[in-house]
Amino acid sequence: MPVRVQTSDFDAGREIAALRAGDARVGAVASFIGVVRDVNDAVDVNALTLEHYPGMTEKALEDIVADARARFEIYDALVIHRVGELKPTDQIVLVVVTAAHRGEAFEACRFLMDYLKTKAPFWKKERTAEGDRWVEARTSDDDAAARWDAAR
Amino acid sequence: MLASPSVLAASTSIRTVYLARLREAFSSRGETLAVAGGNATIADLLDALRSRGGAWAIELAPGRAVRVAVNQVLATLSTVIRDGDEVALFPPVTGG
Repeated sequence: MPVRVQTSDFDAGREIAALRAGDARVGAVASFIGVVRDVNDAVDVNALTLEHYPGMTEKALEDIVADARARFEIYDALVIHRVGELKPTDQIVLVVVTAAHRGEAFEACRFLMDYLKTKAPFWKKERTAEGDRWVEARTSDDDAAARWDAAR
Repeated sequence: MLASPSVLAASTSIRTVYLARLREAFSSRGETLAVAGGNATIADLLDALRSRGGAWAIELAPGRAVRVAVNQVLATLSTVIRDGDEVALFPPVTGG
């Protein structure tokens, strides 16, 4: 399974080793880990709750991985996204890409994250000293995703 | 396709799903709704929900960023609603 949505934590080293195990074509592995910060928009964040839309979220992630495979010369890709309650320093998301060369691996990894941020149904709610608040979508994320379409 | 419009109207029932901020604002995870007419669109559904007033009118006001998915695929205002569809309403996504 190239995509997983789970409440439990992940071991990036183990996932990377498993993704490229036995594949001697692989010359480059790029990975990205998103982590919960303790501050957002100048307000202290004590905890984060991640919600998803079971079914659609997995399908959307699979579509994004398929899109990456069509755009870049990569061998394999993995996306793990956590849901539920997380605390500052917890891992949120892991993206791993294997390819023959670093250029395609880096590009595909960045593409996967840019698309995930704007197209995969996840929502963050922050717990702050001033109360709970839903995180608002950022136009900078839309711009980052749109760049890939403009580049085509 | 051969059914008369009246038969379609009588049988067009959808399930709605409200997610994240919208679920909290509406105090509802979703509901089963009868949709009038055989060719109702997402725009028609939003109009009907807005007419409830209160949080519905505020959250679904024209200009508010609301995403809609029909059967778990992103839809537009002109998407036609079919009997048995699952229609989800949610805010712009903020994962990653």
